[in-house]
Amino acid sequence: MTRRRRRLLLIGAGGAVLGIAIALVLFALKDSIVFFNSPSDVVEKHVAAGTRIRLGGLVKPGSVTRGANFAVHFAVTDGSKDIPVAYSGALPDLFREGQGVIAEGSLDGTGVFEADTILAKHDENYMPREVADALKKQGHWMGENK
Amino acid sequence: MIAELGHYALVLALGLALVQSSVPIWGARIRDPALMAVGTSTALAQFAFVALSFAALTWCHVVSDFSLLTVFENSHSAKPLVYKITGVWGNHEGSMLLWVLILALFGALVAAFGSNLPAALKATVLAVQAWIAAAFHLFILLTSNPFARIPNPPFEGRDLNPILQDPGLAIHPPLLYLGYVGFSITFSFAIAALIEGRIDAAWARWVRPWALVAWMFLTLGIAMGSFWAYYTLGWGGWWFWDPVENASLMPWLAGTALLHSAVVMEKRDALKVWTVLLAILAFSLSLVGTFLVRSGVLVSVHTFATDPTRGIFILAILILFIGGSFALYAWRASTLRQGGLFAPISREGALLLNNLFLTTICATIFVGTLYPLALEALTGDKISVGAPFFNATVGRLAVPLLIAVPFGPLLAWKRGDLYGVAQRLLVALAVAIVAMAAAFAFAGGGPVFAPFVVGLAFFVMAGAITDIAERTGLFRVPFAAAFGRAVGLPRSAWGTTVAHFGVGVCLLGIVGETQWGAERIAAIKPGETVSVRHYDLTLDGMRERRGPNYQERIAHFTVRRNGEVIGAMEPSTRAFPVRQMSKSEAALMTRGTSQLYLSLGDVDSAGAVTVRLYHKPLVLLIWIGAVVMMAGGALSLSDRRLRVGAPRPAARKPALQPAE
Repeated sequence: MTRRRRRLLLIGAGGAVLGIAIALVLFALKDSIVFFNSPSDVVEKHVAAGTRIRLGGLVKPGSVTRGANFAVHFAVTDGSKDIPVAYSGALPDLFREGQGVIAEGSLDGTGVFEADTILAKHDENYMPREVADALKKQGHWMGENK
Repeated sequence: MIAELGHYALVLALGLALVQSSVPIWGARIRDPALMAVGTSTALAQFAFVALSFAALTWCHVVSDFSLLTVFENSHSAKPLVYKITGVWGNHEGSMLLWVLILALFGALVAAFGSNLPAALKATVLAVQAWIAAAFHLFILLTSNPFARIPNPPFEGRDLNPILQDPGLAIHPPLLYLGYVGFSITFSFAIAALIEGRIDAAWARWVRPWALVAWMFLTLGIAMGSFWAYYTLGWGGWWFWDPVENASLMPWLAGTALLHSAVVMEKRDALKVWTVLLAILAFSLSLVGTFLVRSGVLVSVHTFATDPTRGIFILAILILFIGGSFALYAWRASTLRQGGLFAPISREGALLLNNLFLTTICATIFVGTLYPLALEALTGDKISVGAPFFNATVGRLAVPLLIAVPFGPLLAWKRGDLYGVAQRLLVALAVAIVAMAAAFAFAGGGPVFAPFVVGLAFFVMAGAITDIAERTGLFRVPFAAAFGRAVGLPRSAWGTTVAHFGVGVCLLGIVGETQWGAERIAAIKPGETVSVRHYDLTLDGMRERRGPNYQERIAHFTVRRNGEVIGAMEPSTRAFPVRQMSKSEAALMTRGTSQLYLSLGDVDSAGAVTVRLYHKPLVLLIWIGAVVMMAGGALSLSDRRLRVGAPRPAARKPALQPAE
């Protein structure tokens, strides 16, 4: 085999692996990325029922009700719009009324957000960045460190 | 006073770094030995001053000097001493100081033990190392001064984030930094080679031990971080595809590729230009990791503070070094002479395939990690690219790579015989098929994927052993003779076997935990029982306990297996009053390599406590596998051939020992 043919073979193999990788990436990106939306976004953009999104905002004070079998209902608010959320499972330690939260899931046909994952990764002065941005946009931001 | 001393020492270190970055390289250009020697002394002195500065900061933390902003924000007088010390790097400023401390340490190691390097190469390497050091010294002094004072010192500090008050924090960041920053040495060697325009097999022999050291620490650091997340976050996840984790995985993949391509370069004088590129890439990805973690673009437990000037400063460093090195590469790479030829089916070919897949996986992770940031910057849309993306891409790309792993070491250099190798791997294949069948029977049907991966893991492990068995003639010659040959084998051969075996072990742990784990969530009152698999856990009662800086609520569980008492588990939740945070402390019970994992949630109004109970089969193998990989690296490192300065059987003590 000549040097030239070997090199062509190498480039071919490299190209093939890269091609497969690019195909995988595009395929996976189409299927598995999730957009972040605030309650106002959900209303304004008319997010379709069944589309998987992340919904972020504050847990509306007084809205949390617990049912049997770890069912939880609460509302996520950004100050101007509220979206009711239904979730079933153990809530994270840091889930509290009035605190930032991100729920991942999709809207059912009736406007209730069915969440399968609840993220509340914040301490007393940290809020998920997306939530902070969304609140700033709605003019409800209270400042950097509370 | 101590703090000012530390600050001053850091300024002096910057001054020394500036001298080190200019004088030796000028000396190398005009071939002046005296000027070149300046590099050695400044590198040692720079390390001494950074160490002094770090010691000063540690002192301020230990004596709880709350007039320092970093101490006030991250410490508390009631915090246990060990966390006062580890708290030094539990915040942005201190962790950056640790970063440059390790950077200076590696520079000093080259200076101290590199006496057998060609003088010009050594001088250039030290100068490049100092460029990096100077940039980061400036970064610390201008944007993240750990010695900043508060005009009216408060009486008490704000305590360290409870999640960080853990023995894991004591070791995870230093290990990870030793890995990240260790690649700065291979980077400096690569840049020096490009500047000198000369590169040969000897260069690879010098570089490989450094790459190995960095890789070993990075392996251990990532495993440690994963284990820490596993037991500290309360739901037993060990890998989240969090951008910060990806940031450490990318240099690891590039570094693994570098290790393998350096073998080709050392043995066959081929793939030179590629090896240099990988050396640049590995450190560039370490810098990208530092940027992602430290700039505040991402929010996670690793992001201590968000300050835009810091982000822009690190971005500038990033552009300067990555852009500069790639420009230099594009300009000078053509001057490096091309090396040996090889057939596609050969050891070189196999190592190249390994590189191809590792770099492609790395690129995929890079896209998945940075795409959301790019998209948000361009369109304002916020998206999350999570585990499904990475599992779909990385998982699929890893399968062919893992299948190829046992073939590589068995192929001959230059021109290999794939059919012959396949025949020799028949035993390994048989082991794999038996394992696959056993796993399928054990799981009682279900998806084929999990048994397939179990088979793959056994194929990798058995393949690693095949290599050693072939070399020693095990089962073909008398055992004593085989043993004699095994002792006589180069340690690097053992290193390869052990490291590849570790990959298989780790894979087995991953598939066990992800495919066969079980989870129960329940709200129970004292006297009630929660069960998973054959295990029944009865809540006996709750009690309160006071810790040094927290209040703890402990639940006592009796664990029974098939009705027989096998032990007790005591998960707890700790409330930290200073930060008004609570943290759940999971209880773990080890059964072989599997674990029971129990963590507590809230107590509801009726007095029932939420518990999360997991059964995690084979989970410990994930980290044992990583440790085995690291041990393989250590064996390889102890190989005499790899010790720079001992190309011949050592009659005298080798001058350069790889870093301990």
